[in-house]
Amino acid sequence: MSDLDTLAAEADRGIAAAADLAALEALRVALLGKQGSISALLKSLGAMSPEQRQAEGPRIHALRERVTAALAGRKEQLEAATLEARLTTETLDLTLPSPEAPRGAIHPVSQVMDELAEIFADMGFAVASGPEIEDDWHNFTALNMPETHPARAMHDTFYFPDQMASDGRKMLLRTHTSPVQIRTMVADGAPVRIIAPGRVYRSDSDATHTPMFHQIEGLVIDRGIHLGHLKWTLETFLKAFFERDDIVLRLRPSYFPFTEPSVEADVGYAEVGGRRVLGGDGNAPGHGWMELLGSGMVNPRVLEFCGLDPSEWQGFAFGVGVDRLAMLKYGMDDLRAFFDGDLRWLRHYGFSALDVPTLSAGVGVRA
Amino acid sequence: MKFSLAWLRDFLETDATAEEIAAKLTAIGLEVEALEDPAARLAGFRIARVLTAERHPNADKLQVLTVDSGDGPPLQVVCGAPNARAGLVGVLGLPGAVVPADGFELKQSAIRGVESNGMMCSSRELELGDDHAGIVELPKDARVGMAFADYAGSDPVFDVAVTPNRPDCMGVHGIARDLAAAGLGTLKAKSIESVPGGFPCPTEIRTDDPEGCPAFYGRVIRGVLNGESPAWMQARLKSAGQRPISALVDITNYVMLGWGRPAHAYDLTKLSGAVVARRAKDGEGVTALNGKHYLLDHEMTVISDDAQVHDIAGIMGGEHSGVSETTRDVLLEVAWFDPARIARTGQALALSSDARSRFERGVDPGFVEPGLELLAKLILEICGGEASEIVRAGAPPSGQHTVSYGPALCAQLGGVDVKPPRQREILESLGFTVVESEPRWVVTAPGWRPDIDGPADLVEEIVRIHGLDQVPSTPLPRADGVARPTATPAQALERRLRRAAAARGNVEAVTWSFLPEREAEAFGGGAWSLANPISEDMKVMRPSLLPGLLAAARRNLDRGAASVRLFEIGRRYMAEGERPTLGLVLAGERTPRGWANGKAQTFDAFDAKAECLALLGEAGAPVENLQVMGDSGAEFHPGQSATLRLGPKTVLARFGMLHPRTARAFDLDGPVAVAELFPDALPAKKSGGFARPAYAPPPLQAVTRDFAFLVPETLPAGDLVRAVRASDKANIVAARVFDLFAGMGVPEGQKSLAIEVTLQPGEKSYDEADLRVIAERVVAAASKLGATLRG
Repeated sequence: MSDLDTLAAEADRGIAAAADLAALEALRVALLGKQGSISALLKSLGAMSPEQRQAEGPRIHALRERVTAALAGRKEQLEAATLEARLTTETLDLTLPSPEAPRGAIHPVSQVMDELAEIFADMGFAVASGPEIEDDWHNFTALNMPETHPARAMHDTFYFPDQMASDGRKMLLRTHTSPVQIRTMVADGAPVRIIAPGRVYRSDSDATHTPMFHQIEGLVIDRGIHLGHLKWTLETFLKAFFERDDIVLRLRPSYFPFTEPSVEADVGYAEVGGRRVLGGDGNAPGHGWMELLGSGMVNPRVLEFCGLDPSEWQGFAFGVGVDRLAMLKYGMDDLRAFFDGDLRWLRHYGFSALDVPTLSAGVGVRA
Repeated sequence: MKFSLAWLRDFLETDATAEEIAAKLTAIGLEVEALEDPAARLAGFRIARVLTAERHPNADKLQVLTVDSGDGPPLQVVCGAPNARAGLVGVLGLPGAVVPADGFELKQSAIRGVESNGMMCSSRELELGDDHAGIVELPKDARVGMAFADYAGSDPVFDVAVTPNRPDCMGVHGIARDLAAAGLGTLKAKSIESVPGGFPCPTEIRTDDPEGCPAFYGRVIRGVLNGESPAWMQARLKSAGQRPISALVDITNYVMLGWGRPAHAYDLTKLSGAVVARRAKDGEGVTALNGKHYLLDHEMTVISDDAQVHDIAGIMGGEHSGVSETTRDVLLEVAWFDPARIARTGQALALSSDARSRFERGVDPGFVEPGLELLAKLILEICGGEASEIVRAGAPPSGQHTVSYGPALCAQLGGVDVKPPRQREILESLGFTVVESEPRWVVTAPGWRPDIDGPADLVEEIVRIHGLDQVPSTPLPRADGVARPTATPAQALERRLRRAAAARGNVEAVTWSFLPEREAEAFGGGAWSLANPISEDMKVMRPSLLPGLLAAARRNLDRGAASVRLFEIGRRYMAEGERPTLGLVLAGERTPRGWANGKAQTFDAFDAKAECLALLGEAGAPVENLQVMGDSGAEFHPGQSATLRLGPKTVLARFGMLHPRTARAFDLDGPVAVAELFPDALPAKKSGGFARPAYAPPPLQAVTRDFAFLVPETLPAGDLVRAVRASDKANIVAARVFDLFAGMGVPEGQKSLAIEVTLQPGEKSYDEADLRVIAERVVAAASKLGATLRG
């Protein structure tokens, strides 16, 4: 074994044994530093004869390279070990809670109104609105309910004693969304295809009635619109809203002063686990009919009030409770809770901001 | 409107079951709300004979009976009735039967140690009457073992919701006519015979108010005996929910409920002089049959004699002249009143009655004299006596009106093609007369159908009798292609604001539009106050969305909620109109105490500002150009609130901390941050297209420079930032405050504001000279506001 081999073996041993970066650095200086043993060997090349240099040169260079690599390898090892050791001191208890972001919610009434707007948009209905503080002409008279009409008294109207419209009309809180029919026809004429959602008011308060609630009105005026179109529209809308093809509608003659003929629409339901689930024929076993909405062909008198010629234009209107639709679809059972602002209720029955109703994703939000 | 099947069958020849009739009634628009068979509730009760009755070994008041229930061995029954005795035939409830009076299900049981296999029932328990002193005693020949329901006779009762347009169906006869038209039987022809008058009517009858009372017919019947009405009549009245009172009262009720024809009977001896329909005098009063006194006015029609008012015409009779058991001579009044007058009077007096509900909807003007004849006939039959001749004051309107009708309208409006002969048949079966002529028929509506106004009404009649289920569903014509967007900009904005607010962690509430007066006052007072609020808590239309949200926040905090972020989108009701608004209340903790950040933190005004800016940003407002100004309102903390404006006048939002006084008014303890946004104040978006302005990211990197200024304490930071930003618009793209400091090292009355300015080089990078020039501009602009660069 030559001196070089001995030196190489010693260097390997020393490098492998270096316990930390400082020891390794000391070794590097001892081997490759200015005064290092390998540096001395390299310097000794200059004093050699060309033949000798040719023989020794590659060996010495090889030794230097080998030691350099060994030093680098050991350095990497020691650094990795140091990092590991540091990281073990940085351990976090990740079962601890992360910062909480507040969770918001959309009210079911808003969500359902958005759903309805989406469904009816597909059928070509725009969304109209009107004032909640109305005059009695728009709320009653133009809807074919003269002052002494018995149906007026049935509306449990809230009145404002101190204000009058400029034309002497009595001011009141609208009892239904139907005055929007009048305003739309007076302003835009015909044809019309609108829905009008909004707050309505009746001086009525008990377990199932609140003095304020939400309605959505539908109105179609065109040439040749008849009762069959009304039936189709209601069926189509209810099937889309409840996302069930087995919705069965039963039309029943009824009376509203502003429609003629007037029909009430019942929907078949099944009693499932104490809850009414819409769908199926109401006459089938275990089923029943639920009164859901009022509708009819717009009374020619109403068209005349709005300046439309009933011999040219006809159409239908319907009105349905939005809160009621929400309850039937999403399972709430207490109307009063809708207006209490209880965060617990709102988070439970409310919707994510991202639950934007779309036709492609489905307008409803499954539980 | 309630009536029994037996009563209906007085008018309708039919084999249909009660269920079939109910289904048909609903199908033709006479919605059956309930069909109840009183007999059905008697299932499990049967006729039984008491065989033996012994004293109960362990109870003085009880007896142990053996009872023959018709089949099987005698049953042992414990009974507490004093009249229970051997030989009595009564009603036994077997285990499983449900007692009608209390819904209690009978079970085999031991009573004081003695087995009992059922219950002998009292009248009250079976809801046959009020008697509860003892058990029911049936005639001795009642068949033991027979179901008591069969013995008592089944007579189902219909409860029909009659719509206000159908006064004719506020009598059983009218309902029978509709059913017959719908093919459920034949209307029995009942001619009303005239009752000859035996003497001239001794009372003068007049109408001095031909407008309110066009017809007042009357006659006297003398020598009557006002006892009980016959059992058949009582049974019919009871099925309608009417308590039998006396024969005369029952007869008028029977005619009202049977034919929809109200009438009134006066005790003749209580009247003096002529009986006259006239307008009431202002201030005149009458005590009605309900015992209440009513103050009348000149808009109301009354029936009076020389002395006083005896009847609020068409609504309710007076107490003074009503008939009693001692009545011997009666004056019958059958009149026709103007429906509108009746409605107004009833509304003004807040007095409802069976008569009013019929008169205000319109009773058949053709049934004035027949009604009077019918009443007289029934009284003579039941109470005896002698009828006078009829006095007719005025005359009822004809009530008939004609409609010009083209049968094609049925398909055009009703959507169902009913052949003209069938249409005619339906109309005639409902009492219309039809004259077929070209091109349109002349259809005359009968007097009992005041609701018929035009051709559409005839379509309704035909379609409802033909069957609404026959109307085929017909798709609405649909525009070509994909449905167009329908939302208006305002609607789209509202939806966007709502979802943005919820996405930021706020919870949407819907609160009442009305407030208690004091809560409205705390927010400047409401412009609209209800005349008839449900309660004082729901009286004033809200002038702000905040009171309702604050009350909701308080309820949540009271329930233990730690943090409340509630918002609502709705209207404020101002004197000049309704304004769309978003209200937001932040109460309680913004962040809860935590392992990482220590104590809980409450909301501050900047939280409210952050929400406003985020939401206005979503709404498309140029948030970097908004001005923070004052005048947020007296409800707010004067030093911690502001308005956000676009230009000096357009207020887009107000926000800040609630004034402690306001918070107290809502019982809120901690600091409360609130905001109100006014989306209708936002300028309309101009762009119509989808393409955005051209843009390429600048090739050179932006650089930042920091400037620290000493400024007067009162200088708003925003003013300094705006001045700095405007100092070199070509280079400065942003400026933001990154430090605020006062105290040590800062002179008294001043503060230090440090601003980071972002510079965007264009074609070439900045050199030192460029940067020096920009810095000089910044410092110069700042110095105009009294700012000096900190050394």
